Amino acid sequence: MTPALEAIDVTRSYQLEDVRVDALRGVSLTIEHGDYVAVVGPSGSGKSTLMHLLGGLDRPTTGTLRVGGQDVAAMSQDQLAQVRNATIGFVFQSFQLLARTSAVDNVGMPLVYRGVRRAERRRCATEALERVGMGHRLAHRPSQLSGGEQQRVAIARALVGGPQVLLADEPTGNLDTRTGEEVMALLEALNDEQGVAVVLVTHDRDVAQRARRQVRVRDGLLEP
Amino acid sequence: MRVAEAYRVAVTALRANGLRSALTMLGVVIGVASVVVLVAIGTGAKREVEQQVQGLGSNLIIVVPGRLEFGSAPTKSRLELGDADRLRRATGQEVAVSLASGETVRFGTRSAFATVNGTNAAVSRVFVRPVARGEYLRETDVDTRRRVAVIGPELVTSLFDGADPLGRTVSVGGVRFRVIGVFASVGSSVGGSRDSEVHIPITAAQRLFGDARVDAMALEAPTTEDIPQVRKQTLAVLADRYPDEEFSAVTQDQILGTVGRILGLLTTVLAAIAAISLLVGGVGVSNIMLVSVRERTREIGLRKAVGARQRDVLLQFLLEAVLLTSIGGLVGIALGIGGSLGLAAAIDQLPAVITWWSPVLAFGVSAAVGVFFGVVPARRAGRLDPVVALRSE
Repeated sequence: MTPALEAIDVTRSYQLEDVRVDALRGVSLTIEHGDYVAVVGPSGSGKSTLMHLLGGLDRPTTGTLRVGGQDVAAMSQDQLAQVRNATIGFVFQSFQLLARTSAVDNVGMPLVYRGVRRAERRRCATEALERVGMGHRLAHRPSQLSGGEQQRVAIARALVGGPQVLLADEPTGNLDTRTGEEVMALLEALNDEQGVAVVLVTHDRDVAQRARRQVRVRDGLLEP
Repeated sequence: MRVAEAYRVAVTALRANGLRSALTMLGVVIGVASVVVLVAIGTGAKREVEQQVQGLGSNLIIVVPGRLEFGSAPTKSRLELGDADRLRRATGQEVAVSLASGETVRFGTRSAFATVNGTNAAVSRVFVRPVARGEYLRETDVDTRRRVAVIGPELVTSLFDGADPLGRTVSVGGVRFRVIGVFASVGSSVGGSRDSEVHIPITAAQRLFGDARVDAMALEAPTTEDIPQVRKQTLAVLADRYPDEEFSAVTQDQILGTVGRILGLLTTVLAAIAAISLLVGGVGVSNIMLVSVRERTREIGLRKAVGARQRDVLLQFLLEAVLLTSIGGLVGIALGIGGSLGLAAAIDQLPAVITWWSPVLAFGVSAAVGVFFGVVPARRAGRLDPVVALRSE
């Protein structure tokens, strides 16, 4: 079976004015289906860059990156967008919910770009919200929800398209310990019961230790 | 992304910034409304003048001295009453004559300024000039230089307070004339009111003004086909009599053509000026769309992260711009039509005609302005790098 995400010796460099910055200098990493991996490392180590690459938001400078078995090098921006839509669910530290938009419409948003009709979107979004325990908050707007609730809505949005991988960037970073614990429990339950691979990017050691395996990034390389 | 969904998102975004959207639309509203109003006034003025020229009579040929050209000084007439007889004999048509001057007309203590036109009996048959009460001048009035007058209905109001003026005596330029008829109202026009004219026998007018000449003559061809023939005969008679002088024999078509060109140009210029304000409104739309794209960079990043393609984002923002300008356009059309009708009702001499094409054109242009001025901000949104967009604050 092909892995969900596969990076083979990928590098990523940026040109910042006159300076070339090598954010990643040859990283190989495989995320299997149902995997539960924590990516840790100090800030500036390249872990955000790695996360963007794994999520198909960005393309490597050199090396091979396969998302859902497909090589991203050959894809256009728009094709990549569709692969993201089908394969990846994003969970952000700052939730990234649309203001003035109800929970159910926020969750249904990725399906818009699959051409799913409104009624069907609502049905799927309601189902996803029920799975994260937010079935009673369908019509609420982000401003009417607590931080933990907002992150649950964001997780429902990540789930709604049936992704192979949930990419969570500091998902508990803006939450207190107890709510953070609940969100982690939710992610683990989804990993456990539904076989969705979870990739956590975090610098919280306690959070990282819950993962099945940890990957350390330092200076653009993976530590052995 | 289906258009319906993009539309929903665009409406939500416009509503979220209600005041800003309304102010942006206002630019387009003003532009479109002024196009509609100015075109309506220009068209109305043109139609009014056309109706008046056509209302004068049919198949008319008007003879004036000199060359009829815009900008040339009026030529002093050398025509005289005898020339009208010569023309009549040559063409077999009745010839109306005119010698006009502005004079003060008095009745009792009241006075009014009026165009006093010395004419002959043929005027009532060559021109369409219905008399409401009494009768028009007769041949014998002209022959015997009788001091009688036919007055316009406005003078009945201003001098007689609406009382019956028939048989009363008015003073025209200090000379007493008996009123024998009142014209039917033909309405006021852009060129001044014909309802405050006074017609007196040309012979009496020549004595009153101390002028033995005739300003202009007019005759009517029996049919439209005869116009060139009659015109040629007319010019031949005059060339024979005044070899060194130039005369113009203008037909109604020529007048309509000239007036139509002038007013058409005027309408175009007015519409062009109004179009500039529409353009300025469009720049406002572009500006606000750039602000909107910047404000919603994170939203764009998120949408792209979860699968929006460039054209999905582009469509969303383009539709927002087009929605702004087309709603503005519709409001502008409504305001423009209302404004035109209001102006026409409030100001007597300002006719307004709404043509079907001016609102359609204005709406089309405003929607096009939305596309044109929306495309730059929308493309900028579509091309945003999701990584960069998600990080922006």
